[in-house]
Amino acid sequence: MNIVVLVKQVPDTSAERTLTEGEYGHFTLDREALDPVLDEINERAVEEALRLKETIGAQVTVVTMGPEPAADALRKALAMGADAGIHVCDEALRGSDVPTTARVLAAAVRAVEDVDLVLAGNAATDGRAGAVPAAVADLLGLPQLTQVRELEISDGQVRAERVTEDGEATLQASLPSLVSVTEKINEPRYPSFKGIMAAKKKPIRTLDLDDVFPDADSQRFVTARSQVAQAVPRPPRAAGTRCDDDGSAGRRIAEHLMAQKLL
Amino acid sequence: MPQVLVLADHAEGRAKKTTLELLAAARRLGEPAAVVVSATGPSAQLKEELACHGATRIYAVESADADDHLVTPTVGALELAAREASPVAVLVPATVEGNEVAARLAVRLDAGLLLDAVDLDASGTATHIVFGGSYTVTSRATHGTPVISVRPGAFEPEEQMTQAVEQPLTLPSVDPAGSARVIERRPAPAGDRPALAEASVVVSGGRGVAGPEGFKVVEQLADALGGAVGASRAAVDAGYYPHQYQVGQTGTSVSPQLYIALGISGAIQHLAGMQTSKTIIAVNKDPEAPIFNIADLAVVGDLFSVAPQLTEEVTRRKG
Repeated sequence: MNIVVLVKQVPDTSAERTLTEGEYGHFTLDREALDPVLDEINERAVEEALRLKETIGAQVTVVTMGPEPAADALRKALAMGADAGIHVCDEALRGSDVPTTARVLAAAVRAVEDVDLVLAGNAATDGRAGAVPAAVADLLGLPQLTQVRELEISDGQVRAERVTEDGEATLQASLPSLVSVTEKINEPRYPSFKGIMAAKKKPIRTLDLDDVFPDADSQRFVTARSQVAQAVPRPPRAAGTRCDDDGSAGRRIAEHLMAQKLL
Repeated sequence: MPQVLVLADHAEGRAKKTTLELLAAARRLGEPAAVVVSATGPSAQLKEELACHGATRIYAVESADADDHLVTPTVGALELAAREASPVAVLVPATVEGNEVAARLAVRLDAGLLLDAVDLDASGTATHIVFGGSYTVTSRATHGTPVISVRPGAFEPEEQMTQAVEQPLTLPSVDPAGSARVIERRPAPAGDRPALAEASVVVSGGRGVAGPEGFKVVEQLADALGGAVGASRAAVDAGYYPHQYQVGQTGTSVSPQLYIALGISGAIQHLAGMQTSKTIIAVNKDPEAPIFNIADLAVVGDLFSVAPQLTEEVTRRKG
């Protein structure tokens, strides 16, 4: 079967993140100032695709959208064992919002023929809302099985265990479907030396907007539908009172709660 | 006054607290109109709750698929109501599912999407706290009907008696090829505790709790305070507590009135999910624990002696 994995290059979470003001007062995350890595959750999505490849056989294509260095995220996925990459790279996409990102990714998935399964991470570490996979499912008209900690595919049927703050649910759908995975799904493999060498020869197609949307009219949506008006660094939360437990700290906290009218 | 659509989440015939919060948020922008999606129509109790919190209209969307399909019936219902009402905004809770609904709706309405708002003004400008609390950002939609997800706990429910006009809408059945079926739902065993995202008090345990049985201490304090129980990723990964209680960047983000961290060191991913809490109290053996840097009251000590004493004290004072 054909699997497409949506991946994203993100700033390393250990680094400090800043917002920069660009032209026309637009604020965007200053991604270039940061050490970019393949988002950890995407490694798990790639891993899940590779496990399916090993058990039932699959061609695995990884897709990303981003500036030139984002190709490194594809190379990492290829080194893990994916077969091919698609990199949508266009200056006009800088600072894209969720709907635009989803439209571009959906179009890139359509560029792969006969896709049976689209895999993604449940939420990027630098975005966190988890909105893109749902929007991509809507655009492709695929069943959405998101926030999945366990996935089973057989006889064209997908069965998945979804976990959210509301609890758990068992989901079922027919292929083709879109699945987003949580960090519980698996432990991703490290690329082997052989894998890293092999990845250098694997194909990456670089597409711009004209390639993804040959019909110029459909590029109309590449205008942000929302705009960040202002971005202000918040003062760091100051540390408050500190004490060592002398055997009465529990009572002391209770007094603090009373004083704050929290009790 | 223009209408503001609010997704009315409900369970067992009652409005969830987030729904009442959204109605309060909606009143900043216009007249709140609740969209109720259900297989059997809204219960009398739900309608009364909505009318008591300012809903001037109730779009009752009956859908046989509402319970056994994921997300799509809700998105379809909001789309239907939005085309009917031409609202100035659509509000949904910024839960995992709410954000998914918002994203799909924004795509369908070709509209601006504002996620995880902690405040809203009359012009529809949303305030967000991003990057683990390091930036305050304001944003607004520049195209179409803004679809806004609002962080649970960011608004307080406000009572406002209204006459709610009920308007039924019928949703076509979902396309099975484009929708996942929900075979079984296993709601988080709520017991008597409030849901994590809705609670005004959250007591969380971390690696310092040292095992599943240690979480009894966390639960007892949460129960004494009428709060929810949370857990750090380290505690969840170690198998001390179930995954759905994870607080942090990859779990639930919370901003309660009071957050008590027991045996949590304060990894940046955890802080990102709780540091907008109004008051933070931390108990940890390690005087260098990063969570102490953001705690209003930091106690260096053993949670197994501090927490039970606090539980006892709270119980006594509540008498």
